[in-house]
Order: sequence, then C-alpha cells, then structure tokens
Amino acid sequence: MPRYLSMVRLDESTVPAEGPSPELMQRMGDLLEEITKAGVMLDTAGLMPTAQGKRVRWEGGELSVTDGPFTETKEVVGGYALMQCKDMAEAVEWAKRFLKMHEEHWTVTCEVREIQEG
Amino acid sequence: MTPQPTGPAQSALNAIDTVFRLESPRVIAGVARIVRDVGIAEELAQDALVAALEQWPRDGVPDNPGAWLMATAKHRAIDLVRRRERYARKLAEVGRDLEAAGPHLDEPSALHDPDDIDDDLLRLVFTACHPVLSAQARIALTLRLLGGLTTPEIARAFLAPEATVAQRIVRAKRTLAAKAVAFEVPYGPDRQARLNSVLEVIYLIFNEGYAATAGDDLLRPALCEDALRLARQLAGLMPKEPEVHGLVALLELQESRAAARTGPSGEPVLLKDQDRRRWNRLLITRGFTALGRANALSPGAPGPYALQAAIAACHAQAYSYEETDWPKIATLYALLAARSPSPVVELNRAVAVSMADGPEPALEIVDRLATEPALRDYHLLPSVRGDLLRRLGRTAEARAEFERAAGLARNERERGLLLRKAAASEE
Repeated sequence: MPRYLSMVRLDESTVPAEGPSPELMQRMGDLLEEITKAGVMLDTAGLMPTAQGKRVRWEGGELSVTDGPFTETKEVVGGYALMQCKDMAEAVEWAKRFLKMHEEHWTVTCEVREIQEG
Repeated sequence: MTPQPTGPAQSALNAIDTVFRLESPRVIAGVARIVRDVGIAEELAQDALVAALEQWPRDGVPDNPGAWLMATAKHRAIDLVRRRERYARKLAEVGRDLEAAGPHLDEPSALHDPDDIDDDLLRLVFTACHPVLSAQARIALTLRLLGGLTTPEIARAFLAPEATVAQRIVRAKRTLAAKAVAFEVPYGPDRQARLNSVLEVIYLIFNEGYAATAGDDLLRPALCEDALRLARQLAGLMPKEPEVHGLVALLELQESRAAARTGPSGEPVLLKDQDRRRWNRLLITRGFTALGRANALSPGAPGPYALQAAIAACHAQAYSYEETDWPKIATLYALLAARSPSPVVELNRAVAVSMADGPEPALEIVDRLATEPALRDYHLLPSVRGDLLRRLGRTAEARAEFERAAGLARNERERGLLLRKAAASEE
C-alpha cells in the first residue's frame, strides 16, 4: 500500500482575506476525522502564507535566499496531506472529497504524488 | 500500461470501483445491523454496487457516493426484512428492531450518521473475528469484509488456492448464521477475550506479511499494510482501549523497519545488521505516539501488545545495535513472560539477556527450552543457541546447532544465512 503526498496548491490572491469560513473548517474537520478513522491519514497540516516563507536556492554553485511572498508562482503549496492508500485511485478519491468541501469561489488544486519507497 | 478509455462513463466506472472498495465495510456493517447476517449484508452491498454500475455512468457520480450506496443497500435490506416478515413470524424480533429504528428508515439524513456507522463497523469487526470461527476463517473474513480485499487477493497473499479461500469465507458466514452469532459489540465478562480475538486476527495478518520476505509477489508484504490500516481503524473505533493502541504502536514500529529488512537481492537483513538510516521516522513517531496513548490509558499495567511495542521502541531509539538499552529490553521481556508466558517470548528474553549480561545466563534460559515441544521444529532455537555457543568459544557445538537450524528453516534465504554461519563458526 503506497504512500501519497497530496500537495494542496492555491492561488494566494484568490484566498478570502478572512480565511476559510467556519462552515468549511467544520466540514474539513469532519473529513479529516473520517480519513484518519479509515486508517489512511498519516500526517496533514496547512502552511502559513508565503509572505512568511523563504526560498533557499542552489544555482551555479551559489546559495541565495529569497523572502516571500512568491508572487511569480501562480499556485503555491498551502497545505499537504500524507496518506497511505491502496492505489492512486483511492488517493485521488480522498483528494476529490477534500476539494468538494470548498465553496465555489475557491480555486484549489491537489497535486497527488506517490512517495518513492525503499 | 494500457491506455484507459476515457470519457464520463469510463471515469464513472473507475470511480465506482474505488468508492465501493472504500465504502463497502461501512455499507456491509450498516446493512448487517438491519438483516443481522453478514453474508446477506454482503450480498445486499453487492446489489447496491450493481445498481451504481447501472446508474452512475448514465446519471453521473452522486455528490456523496458513500451515502448513496448506503441508502440503496439499506432500502433493499428493509425490503428484504419486510418480505421475510410476511413469510416468517420467527423474524418478528427483527421487526421490533425495525420499529425501534423507525425514523432511520425514512430519513435519508439519518442513513449516514457517523456515530451510527462507527458502531456498526465495530459490530462487524467483532462478528468477523468471533471465536466460533477458526483463526484462518476470521482472517479471511476480516480481510474481505473490513479490509476490502477481493477473494483472489486474499488467496494470493496467503499462497492458498482461490477456491479454498472462497470456500472458507462461505463456510465462515454459514457458521455465524448457524450459531446465531449476535451482531453486536460485546460488553460484559467476555469483552476482553473477544477483543483479544480481534487483536490477534490483525496481528496474525501482519505477521503473515512480515514473515514473507520480499519475493515475486508483493502482495504478501502488503498484508502488513492491510493489518496496519485495520489496526489504525480499530484505534479510531475504540479510542479508550489501551491494548488497541498497544497493537497499533507495535505494528507502526515493526513496519518502520520494512525498508531495511531486506538487502539488494531480497535476502533478509537481521536487526543488528540493518542500516538504521533507512528506518521510517514518521512511522517511528506514530509508534511512539500510540504507545504513549496505550500507557496513559493503563498506567503501570501495560498489556502484552504495549510491552512488545515498548521493546520495539527501545530498538527504534538506539542508533546502533550495540547502543540498544538491552537491560531495559530484558526487563520488558521478563514482564511479558509474566503477563503472557510463551516459549518464543522466553527465547527472545534469552537474546536480550545475552546482550545485557553475557552469553552464559542466556544459555541457561535457552537450555531450559530444549525440551519444549512447541519449539521442537523452530529453527530460531538452535540458531540462537549456536550464537551463544560461538560467543562462549564452543565452536564445534555452535556449528552443529547452525546446521540443525538450517535443516529446520522453511525459508530458502534464511537457510542460506544459517549455512554461512555454520561454515564461519569454526574460523
């Protein structure tokens, strides 16, 4: 049963200023409980806005550090879920259920990637 | 990879397969509460699947596919019970349950109450693991009804013919019906014994995968993950049971070593030779968390699974085999031997004692096990004894023990390892 990292990508400029609605938080909490109880969720968290992030880069033998926000990237990682699923289809199914929680004005992408084992 | 046909109909079909596998344990559990028979419940769940296969590709996948399957299966269950009532008065009791569950039948919202679903799932767990069934039957039924594995998958994982496993599952369902096993969670004097039966089933599934070294069929090691998933589910359903968390902790910690347990060509790598950098830190952390829960729920009185998890935790904390807290492990094995004595526990205790206090006191423990019938064909007894004799400089005896162990080992790779030890013992 492989493990999958679902990276929740969103356009920070479309995120409501007041953040997710209380109803959305409630639905997310219920779903998180369900995925955990299914024995699937290994770890999950939301990330602080990129305004508080840094990028550390290695290029041409030189290190550079850039402060956020990362405006040149349209969709940035805003959270992640690490899940153990039977196959990619199951991981995608959970990602769909997570996305369906959101109101229509959200634009969110889950990039689901299998973790390399061994 | 063959190209998948695309389009809404095909994607609906793919979604149905995935959704059904995810939801079937809950649907079966919810339906079993109505019809009081897991065999019939499984058939009705399959009927709901057939209905989905007919309707979803045509009408699209419903917003809440799990609830749709549950409602469809439950309505069929209620129809069935009502038909039976008309024909058979002896099912009046089910009718009374139906009256009691009255509002459930007509309110779609009540069809998906999470607390109800958890209770039903727990009933299904205890029914599938009921002691009236043989261990083999419990394992097959649990993997099928709760793990969502197909019969061919179970057969391949246990290296058994498909027909045998199918027959085993059919017989198990018949036994449950014939013995009128109640579809309930036990509360009362036999609760602990019944819970132990559940934990044992999950542990056996895990061990079946754990003992199978990486071979041609990856389904066997996958059993470890199926067992771990079942254990994690059980912890969600029974958060107050210390031994459930103890089992989760033990399996998380055992599984954390999976990547290091086999070498490049699939040969087994012993604990002392494993590259500990390949141990999975996330699973170790989860193991410690679960062990903390187990200990908090039963302070000062750890059960057998929590004790085994505590031993695994000692290994997980050590940067190398030599740096392991062997005295603590020896103490934990002594506690385990007092709680649930077994020759295998004694043998493991001997290994810990040999690391903590030297080979001599360990050899005394091992020699007391020489006449133990349960270990007569157990290759690890002469293997451990060979190690101790070699450390005491009794090389000729050590060689003989390794050769005896090689003769008993059932796994080709282990046999090779023991023969190499025999050859090296007199160098």
